[in-house]
Amino acid sequence: MPLLAELPLLPWTVTLPLGGAALSFVLRARAPAVGLAAGVATAAVGLLLALQVATAGLQRHAVGGWGAPLGIDLAADGLSALMVAMTSVVGLWVSLYAGAYFGAGNQDGEHQRAYFWPLWLLLWTALNALFLAADSFNAYVTLELLGLSAVALVALAATPAALGGAMRYLLVGLLGSLLYLLGVGLLYALAGTVDFRLLAAAPLAGPATAVALGVITAGLVLKTALFPFHFWLPPAHASAPAPVSAVLSALVVKASFYLLLRFWFWVLPEAATPVTLNLLGLLGALAVLWGGLRALTAERLKLLVAYSTVAQLGYLFLVFPLALGEADGFTAWGGMTLLLLAHATAKAGMFLSAGAILKGAAHDGVSGIDGAAQAMPVTTFAFALAGVSLIGLPPTGGFAGKWLLLNAALATGQWGWAAVLLAGSLLAAAYTVRVLTHAFTRLPGEPPACVVPGRLEWTAVALAVTALALGLAAGEVLELLRVGAPVVGPVLLEQAR
Amino acid sequence: MSSPEDNAPVLLRGIAALLAAALGVAIAGALTALPPSSGLRDAVTGQMPASGVAHPVTAVLLNFRGYDTLLEVAVLLLALIATWSLRLARPPAGRDRPGLVLQALVRLLVPLFIVLAGYLLWLGAHAPGGAFQAGALLAGAGVLLTLAEGRPLGPLAPAALRGLAVLGVAVFLAVALLALGGGRLLEYPRGQAGLLILLIEAASTVSIGLALAYLFRGDEPVPPERRP
Amino acid sequence: MSPLLTYGIAGAGLIAIGLYALIVRRHLLRKIIALNVIGNGVFLTLVAAAPRLGAPDPVPHAMVLTGIVVAVSATAFALALAVRVRDATGAAALPPPDGDGASGPGH
Repeated sequence: MPLLAELPLLPWTVTLPLGGAALSFVLRARAPAVGLAAGVATAAVGLLLALQVATAGLQRHAVGGWGAPLGIDLAADGLSALMVAMTSVVGLWVSLYAGAYFGAGNQDGEHQRAYFWPLWLLLWTALNALFLAADSFNAYVTLELLGLSAVALVALAATPAALGGAMRYLLVGLLGSLLYLLGVGLLYALAGTVDFRLLAAAPLAGPATAVALGVITAGLVLKTALFPFHFWLPPAHASAPAPVSAVLSALVVKASFYLLLRFWFWVLPEAATPVTLNLLGLLGALAVLWGGLRALTAERLKLLVAYSTVAQLGYLFLVFPLALGEADGFTAWGGMTLLLLAHATAKAGMFLSAGAILKGAAHDGVSGIDGAAQAMPVTTFAFALAGVSLIGLPPTGGFAGKWLLLNAALATGQWGWAAVLLAGSLLAAAYTVRVLTHAFTRLPGEPPACVVPGRLEWTAVALAVTALALGLAAGEVLELLRVGAPVVGPVLLEQAR
Repeated sequence: MSSPEDNAPVLLRGIAALLAAALGVAIAGALTALPPSSGLRDAVTGQMPASGVAHPVTAVLLNFRGYDTLLEVAVLLLALIATWSLRLARPPAGRDRPGLVLQALVRLLVPLFIVLAGYLLWLGAHAPGGAFQAGALLAGAGVLLTLAEGRPLGPLAPAALRGLAVLGVAVFLAVALLALGGGRLLEYPRGQAGLLILLIEAASTVSIGLALAYLFRGDEPVPPERRP
Repeated sequence: MSPLLTYGIAGAGLIAIGLYALIVRRHLLRKIIALNVIGNGVFLTLVAAAPRLGAPDPVPHAMVLTGIVVAVSATAFALALAVRVRDATGAAALPPPDGDGASGPGH
């Protein structure tokens, strides 16, 4: 499709949601309509971009016409195209959900609805701008845009728990961004550029480079809630409004992880030593185990789901010991990406269904969903299907990702990571079954009439089904991932090595 | 209302002190190990004639790396939207009439600030200055007015206020997208760069001043009919 | 020691002081001020680390200007949020994280 290759989709991906945010802020009374329209348009452009990269390869747009290192570039390779596509799909369903979630009627609801759309669209702008940033300082500005809008959305719930969670999130987030900025500044002093491609080509070595990379990693790891810096995530994600929790767990935490990948795999792969790689992997493993255990004993439903996020993020860090520096690292690279995408859709579906169920429930404890299978079977199905992907059962995307990571671990003889993967699946199964047991509890008497708008239910289902579809379409996803990938190798490794 | 105890446990203090010291030493060490270089200075100097302004920092901010500035103006707008979304309580009304000193200061300084803001805005093209500096001055005038009268601007409808707040982002975005028609995003047409930069800066000055002034107050503007 | 290096080391010192205060101090206002101190330290370090031959390099200066505006925006919002937290919980401090007894720094 020659026409598709010519379209300047990269700038539109960023400017559409930004314009939509400004418009929905000014036209307060029409904010839901304007916001939804902008969301649909942004999702469409994002998916088109993924198609463009799949057919025409790497994309680059020199903003201002100057080009790096003087100007700022936008760039899209396989990974960024998949990130933008993930944002588009999750964003679209969450936008539809939010339109019905923030009810009209009372003044509180009107306030939340009026402010949700500009804040959400600004967050979407930040996500797209971050995934397409080819300039590390530009990524800093997008990180701040992302962090502030995320905190504001959490605080929109206005409960003491939400406000406290938002404040903690803000403080940690700002510290993380400042550390990141410090590192970028040091790298500029060393290399004379902040462009990712030029930084990768620059001869960076020595103690100053190590300090720069260390500070950048510390900042981004704080923002990605890696164990032991995960303490801010459960309070924030659990107390936010349901559509916000979905976006936070599915998309926002992945953004800082994505930047971490850019620095470690593209800019400074030579700085990776077995000690540091295994340390990152170990922290990820601890996150998997600790998050899973906390989810098992969590008292509130959304807190359980939030701890599940902590655990699932831990899996992603296994890519460091399994893929970086390996000759055939693509297996682990592909597994990590599939897991990332599957988690995004499944976790978003899980939060949306939990939100729908809790809207009609008496309290937000795990037992608050007793009888949900009778009263809201569709939503319970969405939750269950999402849980299946998180556990990693075939044929979901979660299974495909874990299968590849397991394959990489076994083929390279790193049995420890394989054990972690299996233990994590067991824990995920345990806490999912725990929730479903409550859902299938038969309440005495007639099941209460379902008072929740239908839109809340089927958007959750759509997301859970997408997690399933990812498993079925894993081949195509991996093909797109190969565009500009930093590692090579077959999809599955031979066992004997 | 209690003031929280400032005594963190000794273990936490020890860990924090160690972390902080390690970080400080690491950064200081890295700084001593930096090789001298001139960075992008020469690249900037080389392209100055095409930038439309005479001051290198303004050229970098509004032309070469203008995309960063667009996002930055968006961050400030976001701060305003986010603060308004919190629904802070109305600040308690002060005395019925502002004191004599404050009244005199307002009468003297506010017009001076506005004129100076305009001057700084225009100055940005060839010396340190520009939209942010001018906007900050305007915000200072707004703060004085808030102290004296309760709000920076007259009884403006909230919708108009919101329109002025997004003016900076809106004009910046419009110029950026218009350029996209013929070339790349934010690629100023040949010879028009200086004029477009001034336009963007003027709109941004208004928005920045307004945002900072209203951030000082913090509470959401209510429509005239709902004011007590 | 060159003048620029002095500024850079001062910046590193600010970052260290700010980090200590951010972790240890309980009052939200102190934490926000600590973040600002860290931010100023980072900006100072950035400008001091900027290339040091002959005339100054305008790009780090532009970056720091951008950083300052972002820091102001973040601080304004953080202060507003702190006021809301105090109004909602009665104390200007972070409430203990829900259901998580073992919380990390910034308690």
